[in-house]
This record gives sequence, C-alpha cells and structure tokens, in this order.
Amino acid sequence: MTTLLRTPLYDVHKALGAKMVPFAGWEMPVQYAGILAEHRAVREGAGIFDVCHMGEFEVTGPDRNAFVNRIITNDVAALEPGQVQYAALLNQQGGIVDDCTVYRFEDKIMLVVNASGIEKDWDHIVAQKKGVNVRLRNISEEVGLLALQGPRAEAILQPHTDTILRDIGYYHFAVGRVAGAGCFISRTGYTGEDGFELYCRSPDVRAIWDALTGPGKAEPIGLGARDTLRLEVGYALYGNDIDETTTPLEAGLGWITKLDKGAPFMGEAALKAQKLEGLGRRLVGFRMVGKGIPRHGMPTLVDGVPVDIVRSGTMSPSLGYAVGTTYLPTSRAAVGSRFHVDIRGEQLEAEVVRRPFYTKGSVKR
Amino acid sequence: MANIPADLLYTPEHEWVRKTSDPKVVEIGITDFAQGELGDIVFVDLPKPGASFSRMGVFGTVEAVKAVSELFCPLSGEVVESNAALDGDPALINREPYGGGWMVRLRLTDPAELGTLLDPKGYSAKIAG
Repeated sequence: MTTLLRTPLYDVHKALGAKMVPFAGWEMPVQYAGILAEHRAVREGAGIFDVCHMGEFEVTGPDRNAFVNRIITNDVAALEPGQVQYAALLNQQGGIVDDCTVYRFEDKIMLVVNASGIEKDWDHIVAQKKGVNVRLRNISEEVGLLALQGPRAEAILQPHTDTILRDIGYYHFAVGRVAGAGCFISRTGYTGEDGFELYCRSPDVRAIWDALTGPGKAEPIGLGARDTLRLEVGYALYGNDIDETTTPLEAGLGWITKLDKGAPFMGEAALKAQKLEGLGRRLVGFRMVGKGIPRHGMPTLVDGVPVDIVRSGTMSPSLGYAVGTTYLPTSRAAVGSRFHVDIRGEQLEAEVVRRPFYTKGSVKR
Repeated sequence: MANIPADLLYTPEHEWVRKTSDPKVVEIGITDFAQGELGDIVFVDLPKPGASFSRMGVFGTVEAVKAVSELFCPLSGEVVESNAALDGDPALINREPYGGGWMVRLRLTDPAELGTLLDPKGYSAKIAG
C-alpha cells in the first residue's frame, strides 16, 4: 500500500464531486460531470485541467543548451527564448524513455515530463551530466500546472492577465501574471484546441483555478476526457503509444527527431541504423469497421497472426465511432489496410486511417 | 446517493430484476449505482432472443468511454426480448437505468432461483460496504 500524492487542488476536486483515481502515484480526478460532457466542453467552449502531477526540471549554467541537445531528440538550437518544443528522451537503443516539452528562456531551460517519468527521467538525465557545466534542479514539487483548453480559452484568460495573449503564438510562452500570481503562460496543450498551459508556484494554483472557473468560465476536466481529447487528435500517450521498446521513427515522431542537428544525442546511432535498414513497423491510427471498441492491451492481428496490441483505443466522442492505435508491419500500415482486433475473443475488422482522427480543433498552428 | 427502487430484486454484480405479469418472465437491467460507476455508456452488446444463459453466465457487455463491464445473467433462462432502443441510444442506461434502459426480458428456467437475489435492503448494504 503506497500513499498517493495529492495536488494543491485535491479538496477542490472532492468538493466538485470528482471521481478520483490513482494515476502515476497521484490521486487525480478522472471525471467530474462525465467524460462526454467534459470532452464537449473543451471542443466547444473551454475546460481547465489540474496537471500539477507533471514534472519540471530546470537546467541552468553556461553549457545548458549543448547539454539539453545531448539528451533530447529535438534541436534546442532552433529555439528562440520564449519558444517551446516537443521532444523525446531516448535510451541507447533508440527507445523512448519519455516524451517532454522543452522551454527555452534567456537564462535557463525547463523540461516538462510525464508524472510517471519524473524519477526515471531525472536519473536518466543526471547520468549524462558527467563533467558538463550545468546545474539541474527537479522543481516538480514547487511548480503547479493548469491547462486551460478550448476555443474560448483566450477570452476566459485575458481578463486575468496584463499579458496580451493574442501576441503569444502557438508553442510560444510569455512570463507574466495570472490572477496576481507569477506564471509562465504557454500557448500549448494536449487537446487539439487552442489554449494555454499555466506554470506557477504550487501555492498559487488555487487562486488561478478560482479565477478561471465558475459560471460562464472554464469547466473542470478530468483525466478521462484528457485521454479522449488527445487521442482524437493523434497525440501520443507515454506508456501506451510510445515506450522504451518503441523508437520515435516507428511512432511517427520523426519530426521531433533531428538526426542532422550536428550534436550527437543518446539513441542517435540506433536511430540512424534503423533508418538505414528501414522501419519494420509503424504506429498507425485505425477505426473499427463494424462494432466493438478497442481497448489498450487487446491483441491486433494481420492475416490471423498477432502483431501487436491496441496501444490506445476509445469511442471517439467527437466522431461517434471507435478509434485506436497499434503498430503494424510497414508493408501493411498504409491508409486503407485492413487488419483485426481481438475484442474479448472475437476478431473484429479494423481499417487504417489517417491521424489525426479529428481535424476540426481550434488550435492555431 | 444511488437510487434503489423498493420493488426490484438485485445481484451483488449490480443487475436488477423486475417481475412481470408473467410469473416466468423477468426484466433485467443494471442499477443506478452501476451506471454511475461506469460513466457515459457508449456501446451495449446484448444477446438475441432465443439465447440461453445459466445463472451468472455472461450475457453481454456494456462499454462506457473508459470502462468495459460484463453483464452477468442474474437467473437461468432464455432471452425472449432484448432492448433494441439501446443500439441507437446506449446512454438511455445512464438516464433511465430502471426504465428505458432495461436490457433483456428472460423466460426463467427455474423461478426458484429468484430466492437467491438480494432485496433492496441487502443491495443497499452491499454498495455501502
């Protein structure tokens, strides 16, 4: 029996009647009003997510950019201060240790990692520090994080900050104040909708949440809808779509993998070899042809032979049909290819479709 | 607080059983508590009329956005009707678990099995504990 961690908003969630579940060592809200209503609120209006469980590492010191470039797949050198980048941490074999976002400041870098990865990522990064002149700090406990997502996000947030939000571009951030509290205001998210991720000091989370919720403002959204929202727009979930046995090339994350950035990084050699040999398999999106809802862990079969499992699967609330992801042999991974999902002993037909499944989001790329 | 109608019988697996005018036929569904635990129901797989099940046999599945639950037949018998309205509107189970959300009507093989079911008080204690 391990004790679950609680975010500063635990009492708020309980008061709102949220159903709480264990997630990556935390006691988190999985739903409040219901997954479908929350999903719709984010697609049509705005929702707010307590994601304080996520991890943040701060990298300072003169060698910070070169150091971070050695540990991530993407290229920090391509970032201006005030920009954000999606990236992955790899092991020596090119498998994904975690996915992360990289914030470049004038004088520091912040890496944001999954809650489940905080300890392992920290060890993985520290082990690569060696003699480099950087200072690493795990600031996960002192940093709070709220995600405000949906087409109305900017309109809801603007009255509570002096920062001109329309000036913050997609995957950019500004340092400012929200509801009086110091924040990094980042135009990023995990839903396919426009919106912001607000990094603040843990004790300030409550004041920001209170300012952005209430009648006519953002609806509270749990982990359930967070998953259906991200899956519809094809964003990977660590531990499902990607893990230490999958490479970013197989996962369709070649766009965050800069093999020619001129700075060797952990896993690079393995990826170059894989690219040379050709990819044996690829992560695909699929929809069920008939009935059935694919769920994580169900076997997927090509010509009756098991090839993988359903990585992510759900009934898509926006589309009204069941979708999922799995790895298929490259020769069978083209859009339109048919294969089967073993749903409780019954082999049901599925068809490879283009990701993202849902393309009408308000995100301003 | 979950609604537990006084005129129904229950199983520990959260199905309810309603007696009908025909003493050998009962109506079956899942309880208000069960639908609340599952969340928004998006898919139901029910047996066709003529299918037979023994007590505690799996007669179908109900899927919410994030959860799947098997349906256990509370009594032995043969399906005489399944609720076709649920195909197009599975959320009826959320909205009216004891009404429009009924699942199957079952012709009992052994009406004496009704004695194995929980009364409302017994079921209430079960979900409280």
